[in-house]
Amino acid sequence: MTTDKAKNKTGAEESVSESSAFKRDLLATLPSLRAFAISLIGRHDKADDLVQETIMKAWAKQESFEAGTNIKAWLFTILRNEFYSQMRKRGREIQDSEGTYTESLSTHPEQYGSLDLKDFRKALDQLPADQREAIILIGASGFAYEEAAEICGCAVGTIKSRVSRARTRLQEMLGVAGEGDYGPDAGNAAVTSRAFIH
Amino acid sequence: MFLQMKEPAPTEQNSDISQKLRSLYEAVQEEAIPDKFLDLLEKLDQAEQASRSTSDDH
Repeated sequence: MTTDKAKNKTGAEESVSESSAFKRDLLATLPSLRAFAISLIGRHDKADDLVQETIMKAWAKQESFEAGTNIKAWLFTILRNEFYSQMRKRGREIQDSEGTYTESLSTHPEQYGSLDLKDFRKALDQLPADQREAIILIGASGFAYEEAAEICGCAVGTIKSRVSRARTRLQEMLGVAGEGDYGPDAGNAAVTSRAFIH
Repeated sequence: MFLQMKEPAPTEQNSDISQKLRSLYEAVQEEAIPDKFLDLLEKLDQAEQASRSTSDDH
Protein backbone atom coordinates (compact mmCIF):
# COMPACT_ATOMS: atom_id res chain seq x y z
CA MET A 1 0.00 0.00 0.00
CA THR A 2 2.75 2.46 0.97
CA THR A 3 4.76 1.28 -2.01
CA ASP A 4 1.82 1.98 -4.26
CA LYS A 5 1.41 5.43 -2.86
CA ALA A 6 5.11 6.17 -3.35
CA LYS A 7 4.94 4.87 -6.87
CA ASN A 8 1.93 7.06 -7.64
CA LYS A 9 3.70 10.07 -6.34
CA THR A 10 6.70 9.46 -8.56
CA GLY A 11 4.35 9.04 -11.50
CA ALA A 12 2.65 12.31 -10.72
CA GLU A 13 5.95 14.12 -10.43
CA GLU A 14 7.08 12.74 -13.74
CA SER A 15 3.96 13.92 -15.47
CA VAL A 16 4.31 17.36 -13.91
CA SER A 17 7.66 17.80 -15.60
CA GLU A 18 6.40 16.18 -18.80
CA SER A 19 3.42 18.45 -18.73
CA SER A 20 5.48 21.60 -18.31
CA ALA A 21 7.76 20.48 -21.13
CA PHE A 22 4.67 19.95 -23.24
CA LYS A 23 3.38 23.38 -22.34
CA ARG A 24 6.72 24.97 -23.14
CA ASP A 25 6.92 23.25 -26.53
CA LEU A 26 3.33 24.11 -27.31
CA LEU A 27 4.02 27.76 -26.52
CA ALA A 28 7.13 27.74 -28.67
CA THR A 29 5.15 26.39 -31.61
CA LEU A 30 2.20 28.78 -31.25
CA PRO A 31 3.52 31.63 -33.44
CA SER A 32 4.11 29.26 -36.32
CA LEU A 33 0.84 27.41 -35.75
CA ARG A 34 -1.00 30.69 -35.81
CA ALA A 35 0.80 31.84 -38.94
CA PHE A 36 -0.26 28.58 -40.59
CA ALA A 37 -3.89 29.07 -39.55
CA ILE A 38 -4.01 32.67 -40.75
CA SER A 39 -2.29 31.86 -44.04
CA LEU A 40 -4.73 29.03 -44.55
CA ILE A 41 -7.92 30.89 -43.66
CA GLY A 42 -7.13 34.53 -44.34
CA ARG A 43 -9.20 35.85 -41.48
CA HIS A 44 -7.50 36.50 -38.17
CA ASP A 45 -10.63 35.97 -36.05
CA LYS A 46 -11.54 32.59 -37.58
CA ALA A 47 -7.92 31.50 -37.57
CA ASP A 48 -7.55 32.34 -33.88
CA ASP A 49 -10.71 30.37 -33.08
CA LEU A 50 -9.12 27.44 -34.86
CA VAL A 51 -5.87 27.87 -32.94
CA GLN A 52 -7.79 27.96 -29.67
CA GLU A 53 -9.63 24.77 -30.59
CA THR A 54 -6.30 23.18 -31.51
CA ILE A 55 -4.73 24.11 -28.16
CA MET A 56 -7.62 22.51 -26.28
CA LYS A 57 -7.58 19.37 -28.42
CA ALA A 58 -3.81 19.08 -28.14
CA TRP A 59 -3.93 19.54 -24.38
CA ALA A 60 -6.62 16.90 -23.98
CA LYS A 61 -4.64 14.35 -25.95
CA GLN A 62 -1.14 15.26 -24.86
CA GLU A 63 -0.71 11.70 -23.53
CA SER A 64 -0.79 10.51 -27.12
CA PHE A 65 2.11 12.78 -28.04
CA GLU A 66 5.43 10.97 -27.85
CA ALA A 67 7.95 13.21 -26.15
CA GLY A 68 10.95 13.87 -28.35
CA THR A 69 9.04 13.54 -31.62
CA ASN A 70 8.11 16.49 -33.81
CA ILE A 71 5.55 18.49 -31.82
CA LYS A 72 5.23 21.06 -34.58
CA ALA A 73 4.08 18.46 -37.11
CA TRP A 74 1.79 16.94 -34.48
CA LEU A 75 0.12 20.28 -33.72
CA PHE A 76 -0.18 21.22 -37.38
CA THR A 77 -1.91 17.89 -38.00
CA ILE A 78 -4.44 18.58 -35.25
CA LEU A 79 -5.10 22.08 -36.57
CA ARG A 80 -5.48 20.85 -40.11
CA ASN A 81 -7.91 18.09 -39.14
CA GLU A 82 -9.92 20.57 -37.11
CA PHE A 83 -9.96 22.99 -40.04
CA TYR A 84 -11.35 20.40 -42.43
CA SER A 85 -13.90 19.09 -39.99
CA GLN A 86 -15.13 22.65 -39.41
CA MET A 87 -15.16 23.26 -43.14
CA ARG A 88 -17.30 20.18 -43.68
CA LYS A 89 -19.67 21.32 -40.93
CA ARG A 90 -20.10 24.83 -42.22
CA GLY A 91 -18.73 24.82 -45.72
CA ARG A 92 -21.53 27.05 -46.87
CA GLU A 93 -20.86 29.65 -44.20
CA ILE A 94 -17.17 29.91 -45.15
CA GLN A 95 -18.00 30.31 -48.83
CA ASP A 96 -20.63 32.94 -48.13
CA SER A 97 -18.26 34.96 -46.02
CA GLU A 98 -15.69 35.39 -48.78
CA GLY A 99 -17.27 38.61 -49.94
CA THR A 100 -17.13 40.05 -46.45
CA TYR A 101 -13.54 38.98 -46.18
CA THR A 102 -12.47 40.76 -49.35
CA GLU A 103 -14.20 43.86 -48.13
CA SER A 104 -12.45 43.77 -44.76
CA LEU A 105 -9.14 43.35 -46.59
CA SER A 106 -9.57 46.53 -48.55
CA THR A 107 -10.22 48.51 -45.40
CA HIS A 108 -7.12 47.19 -43.63
CA PRO A 109 -4.39 47.17 -46.22
CA GLU A 110 -1.73 48.10 -43.69
CA GLN A 111 -2.12 44.68 -42.15
CA TYR A 112 -0.39 43.22 -45.19
CA GLY A 113 2.41 45.71 -45.42
CA SER A 114 2.01 46.52 -49.07
CA LEU A 115 -0.46 46.44 -51.92
CA ASP A 116 1.69 43.75 -53.41
CA LEU A 117 1.10 41.41 -50.49
CA LYS A 118 -2.58 42.20 -50.51
CA ASP A 119 -2.81 40.99 -54.09
CA PHE A 120 -0.81 37.96 -53.13
CA ARG A 121 -3.17 37.24 -50.24
CA LYS A 122 -6.15 37.44 -52.58
CA ALA A 123 -4.52 35.09 -55.04
CA LEU A 124 -3.63 32.66 -52.27
CA ASP A 125 -7.24 32.62 -51.12
CA GLN A 126 -8.39 31.62 -54.56
CA LEU A 127 -6.37 28.42 -54.54
CA PRO A 128 -8.16 25.21 -53.65
CA ALA A 129 -7.57 24.52 -49.95
CA ASP A 130 -5.41 21.44 -50.59
CA GLN A 131 -3.04 23.38 -52.84
CA ARG A 132 -2.96 26.32 -50.46
CA GLU A 133 -2.03 24.22 -47.46
CA ALA A 134 0.63 22.36 -49.45
CA ILE A 135 2.40 25.49 -50.61
CA ILE A 136 2.22 27.04 -47.13
CA LEU A 137 3.60 23.95 -45.40
CA ILE A 138 6.48 23.62 -47.86
CA GLY A 139 7.10 27.24 -48.78
CA ALA A 140 6.60 28.99 -45.45
CA SER A 141 6.31 26.61 -42.49
CA GLY A 142 9.55 24.93 -43.44
CA PHE A 143 8.39 21.31 -43.53
CA ALA A 144 10.01 18.67 -45.70
CA TYR A 145 7.80 17.04 -48.34
CA GLU A 146 7.67 13.87 -46.24
CA GLU A 147 6.49 15.77 -43.17
CA ALA A 148 3.89 17.70 -45.14
CA ALA A 149 2.63 14.44 -46.62
CA GLU A 150 2.23 13.03 -43.14
CA ILE A 151 0.42 16.14 -41.89
CA CYS A 152 -1.99 16.02 -44.83
CA GLY A 153 -2.35 12.25 -44.79
CA CYS A 154 -1.38 11.80 -48.42
CA ALA A 155 1.52 10.61 -50.58
CA VAL A 156 4.71 12.64 -51.00
CA GLY A 157 4.05 12.81 -54.74
CA THR A 158 0.64 14.32 -54.09
CA ILE A 159 2.16 17.11 -52.02
CA LYS A 160 4.75 17.77 -54.71
CA SER A 161 2.14 18.07 -57.42
CA ARG A 162 -0.11 20.27 -55.25
CA VAL A 163 2.79 22.62 -54.56
CA SER A 164 3.67 22.75 -58.21
CA ARG A 165 0.08 23.42 -59.29
CA ALA A 166 -0.23 26.07 -56.58
CA ARG A 167 2.89 27.85 -57.86
CA THR A 168 1.71 27.76 -61.46
CA ARG A 169 -1.71 29.05 -60.50
CA LEU A 170 -0.28 31.85 -58.35
CA GLN A 171 2.03 32.90 -61.16
CA GLU A 172 -0.90 33.01 -63.56
CA MET A 173 -3.01 35.05 -61.18
CA LEU A 174 -0.24 37.47 -60.34
CA GLY A 175 0.65 37.94 -63.95
CA VAL A 176 4.18 36.64 -63.85
CA ALA A 177 3.36 33.47 -65.75
CA GLY A 178 4.78 31.73 -68.64
CA GLU A 179 7.35 33.57 -70.69
CA GLY A 180 10.37 31.79 -69.34
CA ASP A 181 8.65 28.45 -69.59
CA TYR A 182 6.86 28.56 -72.90
CA GLY A 183 8.11 31.53 -74.86
CA PRO A 184 6.04 34.71 -75.03
CA ASP A 185 2.94 33.32 -76.71
CA ALA A 186 2.70 29.59 -76.26
CA GLY A 187 1.57 29.83 -72.64
CA ASN A 188 -1.15 32.31 -73.43
CA ALA A 189 -2.26 30.31 -76.43
CA ALA A 190 -2.61 27.21 -74.29
CA VAL A 191 -4.67 29.08 -71.73
CA THR A 192 -6.85 30.65 -74.40
CA SER A 193 -7.61 27.41 -76.18
CA ARG A 194 -8.42 25.77 -72.87
CA ALA A 195 -10.79 28.61 -72.09
CA PHE A 196 -12.61 28.06 -75.37
CA ILE A 197 -13.04 24.35 -74.83
CA HIS A 198 -15.02 24.97 -71.65
CA MET B 1 24.83 46.27 -65.12
CA PHE B 2 24.67 42.52 -65.41
CA LEU B 3 21.59 42.53 -63.24
CA GLN B 4 19.77 44.85 -65.62
CA MET B 5 20.54 42.70 -68.63
CA LYS B 6 19.31 39.50 -67.02
CA GLU B 7 15.89 38.19 -68.03
CA PRO B 8 13.80 36.98 -65.12
CA ALA B 9 14.18 33.21 -65.08
CA PRO B 10 11.30 30.92 -64.08
CA THR B 11 13.09 30.10 -60.85
CA GLU B 12 13.20 33.79 -59.97
CA GLN B 13 9.49 34.11 -60.61
CA ASN B 14 9.07 31.14 -58.32
CA SER B 15 11.19 32.73 -55.68
CA ASP B 16 9.11 35.90 -55.98
CA ILE B 17 6.06 33.80 -55.09
CA SER B 18 7.97 32.06 -52.30
CA GLN B 19 9.20 35.35 -50.95
CA LYS B 20 5.73 36.85 -50.78
CA LEU B 21 4.36 33.75 -49.15
CA ARG B 22 7.10 33.87 -46.55
CA SER B 23 6.58 37.59 -45.93
CA LEU B 24 2.91 37.00 -45.30
CA TYR B 25 3.62 34.09 -42.99
CA GLU B 26 6.43 35.74 -41.10
CA ALA B 27 4.43 38.89 -40.51
CA VAL B 28 2.01 36.80 -38.44
CA GLN B 29 4.69 34.65 -36.90
CA GLU B 30 6.45 37.70 -35.54
CA GLU B 31 3.33 39.00 -33.81
CA ALA B 32 3.22 38.49 -30.06
CA ILE B 33 1.17 35.49 -28.94
CA PRO B 34 -2.28 36.87 -28.07
CA ASP B 35 -2.94 36.98 -24.33
CA LYS B 36 -6.02 34.83 -24.67
CA PHE B 37 -3.86 31.87 -25.67
CA LEU B 38 -1.48 32.40 -22.78
CA ASP B 39 -4.45 32.64 -20.40
CA LEU B 40 -5.98 29.52 -21.88
CA LEU B 41 -2.78 27.52 -21.41
CA GLU B 42 -2.44 28.82 -17.87
CA LYS B 43 -5.98 27.71 -17.07
CA LEU B 44 -5.50 24.29 -18.64
CA ASP B 45 -2.30 23.85 -16.68
CA GLN B 46 -3.87 24.95 -13.39
CA ALA B 47 -6.91 22.72 -13.90
CA GLU B 48 -4.65 19.78 -14.52
CA GLN B 49 -2.49 20.47 -11.48
CA ALA B 50 -5.57 20.91 -9.31
CA SER B 51 -7.06 17.62 -10.42
CA ARG B 52 -3.71 15.92 -9.92
CA SER B 53 -3.26 17.16 -6.35
CA THR B 54 -6.86 16.20 -5.55
CA SER B 55 -6.30 12.67 -6.78
CA ASP B 56 -3.03 12.51 -4.82
CA ASP B 57 -4.89 13.26 -1.59
CA HIS B 58 -7.13 10.24 -1.96
